[in-house]
Amino acid sequence: MKFKHYILSFLAVAATALAQAKSIELLNVSYDPTRELYVNYNKAFAAHWKTQTGDDVIIKQSHGGSGKQARGVIDGLQADVVTLALAADVDALYANAKLIPQDWQKRLPENSTPYTSTIVFVVRKGNPKGIKDWDDLIKPGVSVITPNPKTSGGARWNYLAAWAYAKHKQGGDEGGKAFVTALYKNVPVLDSGARGSTTTFVQRGIGDVAISWENEAFLVLKEFGADQYEIVVPSLSILAEPPVSIVDKVVKKKGTEAVAKAYLEYLYSDEGQDIAGRNFYRPRNPTIAAKYDNVFPKLELVTIDAEFGGWTKAQKTHFADGGVFDQIYQK
Amino acid sequence: MSFVRAQRSVLPGFGLSLGFTLTYLSLIVLIPLSAAFIKTAGMSWADFMTAVASPRVMASYRLSFFASLAAGLVNSFFGLIVAWVLVRYSFPGKRVVDALVDLPFALPTAVAGIALTAIYSKNGWVGQYLEPHGIKIAFTEIGVFMALTFIGLPFVVRTLQPVLSELEPEIEEASATLGANRWQTITRVILPELLPPLITGFALSFARALGEYGSVVFISGNMPMRTEITPLLIITKLEQYDYHGATAIAVVMLVASFSMLLVINLLQKWSRRYYQV
Repeated sequence: MKFKHYILSFLAVAATALAQAKSIELLNVSYDPTRELYVNYNKAFAAHWKTQTGDDVIIKQSHGGSGKQARGVIDGLQADVVTLALAADVDALYANAKLIPQDWQKRLPENSTPYTSTIVFVVRKGNPKGIKDWDDLIKPGVSVITPNPKTSGGARWNYLAAWAYAKHKQGGDEGGKAFVTALYKNVPVLDSGARGSTTTFVQRGIGDVAISWENEAFLVLKEFGADQYEIVVPSLSILAEPPVSIVDKVVKKKGTEAVAKAYLEYLYSDEGQDIAGRNFYRPRNPTIAAKYDNVFPKLELVTIDAEFGGWTKAQKTHFADGGVFDQIYQK
Repeated sequence: MSFVRAQRSVLPGFGLSLGFTLTYLSLIVLIPLSAAFIKTAGMSWADFMTAVASPRVMASYRLSFFASLAAGLVNSFFGLIVAWVLVRYSFPGKRVVDALVDLPFALPTAVAGIALTAIYSKNGWVGQYLEPHGIKIAFTEIGVFMALTFIGLPFVVRTLQPVLSELEPEIEEASATLGANRWQTITRVILPELLPPLITGFALSFARALGEYGSVVFISGNMPMRTEITPLLIITKLEQYDYHGATAIAVVMLVASFSMLLVINLLQKWSRRYYQV
């Protein structure tokens, strides 16, 4: 590994000397589970950019809880691009610091989300509690692991997916509220982030079922063994759209606007989409997505815009202080 | 603890060193803390009250305060015994035990939290024997208390040790030759000397526990109204970009901690005055 790095850096230096190429540095501020995705993607993009322009581009990555990362950028972290877990966190860059225009989400195709994911269940091998759909999670005696929606972006998707299911099956927002209230009664631990929840479920052996990002669920199977865990796909879930955006103020200052834009646009290319698929994110491009048909199960997916009127509204109704989530616990 | 003396000191350099002290304290402590006050100054009183007195926040004050208090008290009792043993007796492996006491200082608090959770959760070394008897530690208030006790221990031991080693065994012998029985020697001779450092140790351990975040969030389970500590709620508010709400809670914590430390310092001064020879 080290040796490979030496060769790579030597090649990079040699290439710079020969071609007199510019060397550009980008910072991609992202959320926790995208680590592996962007390690692969950055290599591909650097190669692509090299053949296109002859310039070298080095992309640095920063990972952490989505909200925390957004706050870092607001407080002055010089991110050229952000690739966060939910649109509300990118919206915050506009709302709190005017780092990007209000209509940022219209600038790239598909709501600025080049790949999507969804929310599924992870259960222990053999599915001892017979979990098949959301209804099984509110049965007495079933212990459910999900992080705290106040601190975790992934947890908010989990909550909204449960709500959307109940809204469809039992009718209306009243059904939704009753359902999530019952659901959180079965939750013994609210970790502060998605990775923490995975640890609680896998390492501490707590809970019968963990509600999780689909890509995180695949990672659990990959890391901890498909002989110990199973993925259960509910009949209905939410289309999680982790959006991307350039940070206008930063790229203008650093003069990296062109390369930052290209970096995000290349995510939509065939190669970018394929890398997303390989890392368990659902590609947007139907042709590439077809390649991964056997990986990603089919299920009914609802969008946050249609069900909840967008992130800003959902955030305010459900997760702000005194919102529905707080009411569940304050009764 | 030293006190400002009324008379002029015989040592030169008072003005210079005091000036330096004040500048340093301002730069390192006061300026960052005053930022919290300035930030909250922009809030209306009603906003401030909803931020700091909602039921969920109140529940977290209760947990943070009582768990820290309990941890401080337990540490004072057992810390005294540990310090006594380390100073008064010599035994093989004493240096190792002495070094062990400092571990909670040195360990990153997140590591401590994860380790404690791993041990006390239902499939952990200890937890697996306790859970069948209905005793749950991880993800309950007891877990919070355990974590706070863990991080607070060295404060008590390290404050008591120098005072104990100053306290010569001859004093006890003198007390005995003057006719005191063992109980009287302990309560009338030894404890009065140890009370001031014990109070300091308690205060340090208590204050540390109030602000502790890293180790607690892993073991507490973070259930709203039950096992959320106040520092977690500050982080929660920050997650929602509610900078004002977060600093408002911080200000409450600051004022509460500062007044408690002040009271404890006064108490310590009072205890010293009573027993000072």
